Amino acid sequence: MGKALRYLLVGLGALAMLFPFGWAVITSVTPGDAVLAVPPDFTPEGASLDAYGRLLETLPFWRIVLNSAWVGAASTALQLLTSAMAAYAFARLPFPGRGALFAVYLTTLMMPLPVLVVPLFLEMRMFGLVDTYFALLAPTIASAFGVFLLRQAVNQVPREFDEAAVLDGAGHFRIFLFVVLPLIRPALATFAIFGFMASWNSYLWPLIIIKSPEFMTLPLGLATLHGQFTTQWDVVMAGSVVSVVPILVLYVFAQKHVIASVAQSGLK
Amino acid sequence: MKLHLPPAARRSPAKDQAGSGARQAVPEAGPRPPRRGRWRHAATVAVFLLPSLVPLTLYTLIPMVGSFWTSLHEWDLITDMRWVGLGNYADLLGDADTRAAFLHTLYFIAGYLPLVYLGGLGLAVLLDRRMPARALLRGVYFLPVITSWVVVALMWKWLLNPASGIVNWALGLVGVHGPGWWTDPGWAMPSIILASAWKDLGFVMIILLAGLQAIPREYQEAAMVDGATAWRRFRHITLPLLSPSTFFVVVISLINGFQVFDQVKIMTGGGPGGATQVVVSQIYDLTFRYGRAGAASALSWLLFALVLLVTVVQIRGQRRWVTYG
Repeated sequence: MGKALRYLLVGLGALAMLFPFGWAVITSVTPGDAVLAVPPDFTPEGASLDAYGRLLETLPFWRIVLNSAWVGAASTALQLLTSAMAAYAFARLPFPGRGALFAVYLTTLMMPLPVLVVPLFLEMRMFGLVDTYFALLAPTIASAFGVFLLRQAVNQVPREFDEAAVLDGAGHFRIFLFVVLPLIRPALATFAIFGFMASWNSYLWPLIIIKSPEFMTLPLGLATLHGQFTTQWDVVMAGSVVSVVPILVLYVFAQKHVIASVAQSGLK
Repeated sequence: MKLHLPPAARRSPAKDQAGSGARQAVPEAGPRPPRRGRWRHAATVAVFLLPSLVPLTLYTLIPMVGSFWTSLHEWDLITDMRWVGLGNYADLLGDADTRAAFLHTLYFIAGYLPLVYLGGLGLAVLLDRRMPARALLRGVYFLPVITSWVVVALMWKWLLNPASGIVNWALGLVGVHGPGWWTDPGWAMPSIILASAWKDLGFVMIILLAGLQAIPREYQEAAMVDGATAWRRFRHITLPLLSPSTFFVVVISLINGFQVFDQVKIMTGGGPGGATQVVVSQIYDLTFRYGRAGAASALSWLLFALVLLVTVVQIRGQRRWVTYG
């Protein structure tokens, strides 16, 4: 294939990827009725940040951003901790029924969320947890995927390291904290990225369990905005733009890790 | 991004189960349990396991059982449950709405899968070669993958706005009268498919790129010496050696495709006229709009059974076309 043709294709594709984001930015600063103008105005006259102001009036937007950030951070941290501990147990601690229990963990991986959503909602209602932070967090405290991924990593840590630590008088807790955890850092980083992205973008579960604006996370807040202002596309796009920025910044810093780990997850 | 389970992951549990039962003498390093130790060892195991086992039980295992139990009842979430046995399942199998929901889901998959696969493959092949700004370009294609579905769905709904959307305006420039993308029952599903393929293209590309890079250059070079054309090299070397990555992409895309929801909920809400009502949005509506929790649970188990069946069939069938190393 000719070089020029190749560049042309890749370039056009990249444009197609970026254009919706760019158009969202333009729409968000287009004043008033001009949003619906045909033909569209690529350099709107009297561009203003007015829509961003209205966004802040309509939704407790910063609160929602903070909710997303802290629920994402908490769920990532909890998943890392619980998964790493279980991974250590499955890789290093012999106990009766270990294989069977691991199989149970893996079975839960196959469960699609829709199967769980209804009874999970009922369970939360039973404990009076509907519309709480805890309910947002609950299903993400443990992750079978994380246990699986991290167990593979722990298995790759040579046992000689543990033995050396034992000679120094260390028990399982010290080995876990000071020998195993530092050595599986790449796997922990990979899993952390997946965990945070999943929480940050999650929609179905918050949609079901959260009613009040003060507990909303970003995807939910944005969807609500759309429901309220079907015609106020400038506000909706302003919200979209603001919500992309944090994950974009995170991504720029983590790009190497993200792409490498996604690719890695597809291999063996 | 929902489930990223490498194909290898699915096979190892069985092996593991067979290999490390209770009595299995896996060489264990680490500290041996101290002499007074049984209880202490049990306590250690508990401390390491319970932090994940308790939430997993509470928020996955119990709901699984609960879902099945609910599926055997008629229940409006308010008044008492009424036992109907397999009645919900029987009803669903004969129900036109359910059939439509499954058909719409299959329609989605039939459009989405070839688009993301062929698009992702094309991109991966193009971006596999050295070129300026390659890393940046890969990043650009990956941008929609990290963006939340809600944002993507809203952006596309706006782009495809039938009256004032930029897509229809652009089509107008070349003399095409754009359709009512998400307002016309015939076009609503294609719109959702288009947005979905756009979002996931980068993900497929990255997986296939990793696969391409694992192919030793020597094969291509040897074929080139033999005078094979670029197409023959692609067809007979690249594609077969890419089959493990292809397998992974297809399995994951199908699992996710059967569970399509976010984009449907936001772009069309299942409409117009139910034209995009997929299985998960049907589950959602049954529960929260029609107060039929039992039927919703039964439907979610039917979906699970179908996903499981399709996945197992694929894993069984992979020997025919997947070449490892």
